[in-house]
Amino acid sequence: MSSLRQIAFYGKGGIGKSTTSQNTLAALADMGQKILIVGCDPKADSTRLILHAKAQDTILSLAAEAGSVEDLEIEDVLKVGYKDIRCVESGGPEPGVGCAGRGVITSINFLEENGAYEGVDYVSYDVLGDVVCGGFAMPIRENKAQEIYIVMSGEMMAMYAANNISKGILKYANSGGVRLGGLVCNERQTDKELELAESLAKKLGTTLIHFVPRDNIVQHAELRRMTVMEYAPDSKQAGEYRTLAEKIHANAGKGIIPTPITMDELEDLLMEHGIMSAIDESQVGKTAAELAAA
Amino acid sequence: MPQSADNVIDHEMLFREPEYQELFRNKKEQFEFNHSDARVQEIRDWTKTEDYKEQNFAREALTINPAKACQPLGAVYVANGFQGTLPFVHGSQGCVAYYRSHFSRHFKEPTSCVSSSMTEDAAVFGGLNNMIDGLANAYNLYKPEMIAVSTTCMAEVIGDDLDAFIKNAKQKGSIPEDFDVPFSHTPAFVGSHVTGYDNALLGVLKHFWDGKAKTTEPLVRVPNDSINFIGGFDGFVVGNMPEIRRIFDMFEVDYTMLCDPSAVWNTPTDGEFRMYDGGTTKEEVERALHAKATIVFQEYSSEKTIKYLQEKGQEVVVLNAPVGVAGTDQFVMALSRLTGKPVPQQLELERGRLVDAIADSQAHLHGKRYALYGDPDQMLGYTQFLLELGAEPAHVLSTNGGKDWAEKVQALFDASPFGKGCKVYPKRDLWHMRSLLFTEPVDFMIGNTYGKYLERDTGTPLIRLVFPIFDRHHYHRFPTWGYEGGMRLLVMLLDEYFEALDANTNVPGQTDYSFDIIR
Repeated sequence: MSSLRQIAFYGKGGIGKSTTSQNTLAALADMGQKILIVGCDPKADSTRLILHAKAQDTILSLAAEAGSVEDLEIEDVLKVGYKDIRCVESGGPEPGVGCAGRGVITSINFLEENGAYEGVDYVSYDVLGDVVCGGFAMPIRENKAQEIYIVMSGEMMAMYAANNISKGILKYANSGGVRLGGLVCNERQTDKELELAESLAKKLGTTLIHFVPRDNIVQHAELRRMTVMEYAPDSKQAGEYRTLAEKIHANAGKGIIPTPITMDELEDLLMEHGIMSAIDESQVGKTAAELAAA
Repeated sequence: MPQSADNVIDHEMLFREPEYQELFRNKKEQFEFNHSDARVQEIRDWTKTEDYKEQNFAREALTINPAKACQPLGAVYVANGFQGTLPFVHGSQGCVAYYRSHFSRHFKEPTSCVSSSMTEDAAVFGGLNNMIDGLANAYNLYKPEMIAVSTTCMAEVIGDDLDAFIKNAKQKGSIPEDFDVPFSHTPAFVGSHVTGYDNALLGVLKHFWDGKAKTTEPLVRVPNDSINFIGGFDGFVVGNMPEIRRIFDMFEVDYTMLCDPSAVWNTPTDGEFRMYDGGTTKEEVERALHAKATIVFQEYSSEKTIKYLQEKGQEVVVLNAPVGVAGTDQFVMALSRLTGKPVPQQLELERGRLVDAIADSQAHLHGKRYALYGDPDQMLGYTQFLLELGAEPAHVLSTNGGKDWAEKVQALFDASPFGKGCKVYPKRDLWHMRSLLFTEPVDFMIGNTYGKYLERDTGTPLIRLVFPIFDRHHYHRFPTWGYEGGMRLLVMLLDEYFEALDANTNVPGQTDYSFDIIR
């Protein structure tokens, strides 16, 4: 058990977190690592590329059918996909009801108690958006993920989320063993994206572990519910994911305690790189028509 | 009004006075707008039918009167079993009031337990501040040697992390850095009080054995010849623990009781209030790692703990609350095997006396049918004992017992001619039991205080041998384990039998041909 490596991917919703994580993990599997993916997103799309499935039956939906989590067997929830990667999805309630965070806690406890972690080299958690409540912090608590990888891009909101997630990590880093492994920038082709991502990484006290360029082949693979690693293993993009996987594999124990910044500092960062021009306070709150008239 | 200071009438008789009777009548006629008496009777009769029973057992979405409590109750029980330890429940205050009153009503002793009193703001922002203030207050006001933290539903739903919170509280200076605060997550909506017992005990063992939440070096096991005993959640602990100690002493063996709350729930009235009394010491917990074996008396109270002990390299003898002659034999023989010592003569004598007593009375209990409900282990023990007496445990029901438990009960049935036709009901409640008592009646019921409603509705005499017992005093003082405990169980069964027989034969000139002096 001591050699078990636990990592987690966090990031703003829609950033391509699940795509990046599944491709990276597929590359790790190619390297001979035994992998368990734990999807911690009510959307339950963290394993579709590995399993070639639309959506996996989730722990919580099966538990709701069976009456309680105690009635489930591990075989019911654990599916095996590409290169024997084991997959589970915690799932969650319908939008607007219940508590998805509690669902994550319930699922992870179930997996641990039923031996899902035995015989694997890597456990990877794929967690939605911001760390909105204690439940979504479950994977970064004591004895869970050792390193967090934040998937982001050059967009303002993605960087904002990355900063927020760092705050979450900081909260648990002092008492537990969780560390920030680094940022993974998923190219959106925004202005000066690489520069910006590197500056943010520096401010947070970490590194930009890899810059994944945009490539349409990801879309082609995804339409076929496959990772690029499987769809086109010889493509350039597959090479990028392979590099990312190797970097993560070599990054064991090199995580840091992040130094999150304030909202003002984040805006300053954007200005520094000329993404946002210094705000003329007299213009705040004025419509375009008003500004033209002035 | 009939009440006067010179002659205070208790509520038992007071409300039968004409003034009150008129008041009740008027209230019913003018305000209650109830169904007619005939309609109420019709429904009442319907609940006694086979048809109703079938619908009752088809019930899926609702539990009525579960025969179990929630996890933190078990965690508070465990905390009480360690010396100078204050149970601290992270969560809402109302829950904690329930644990305190539940134990106090059963043991008739004050039960100390504090809460972090989480309210709406804590639900939104997390309960870290409550933990920081709570630990500081508890430490300064109640001067414990150790604080054992568990959680209620509220803290669990929002995902509060005890390990991080306790470390944060120490950093903020609430309590000294080296102060022992073992903890366990005990979501009340998972499992039952026996699960909570397991989690909390495991929390204490891990704290002391695995390096106090990574703040010190883990202990290294150096096996010795001592033996640990873990009793599990037990409503008769005040009587049972000293009895088990007496048996260990007879064997002259080096032993450690892990979790013993028998003293704190049995403090004398001598002018001194004891908030803490007795219990396992920290040194004993640390020493227990080195034991060659642990006897776990109640498997379902210690499922995770058993695994943990085995991982540490100890032999674990797992029992299911065995009572009576054969049951106690199991425990005694295990002890004899582990110690390599013969069974002490005194114990053999006690065994012989119990066998003699059973032989004296067996004719009365033979073939009597019993319904029983309670915790899974206790039900296994009682089932085995009833079968040993030649009685029939016709309905054995448990709310917190699952499929594997049911298989164990069935195996006991199958091993005895008296188990034929007996049935086990896992994950059922007292409303299921009510149906069973109407459609397949039995002679007696074994249960807790809540069984008195079933006794009233169905006329099945209740024998109180299950936690909690609120409406009879001091039962918890007498052991039910060991051969001496077997004697107590036998007497409880016999008393109720003779009471029922007398009550059924006491009409002069009609039934008193059987109203005998000698039974």
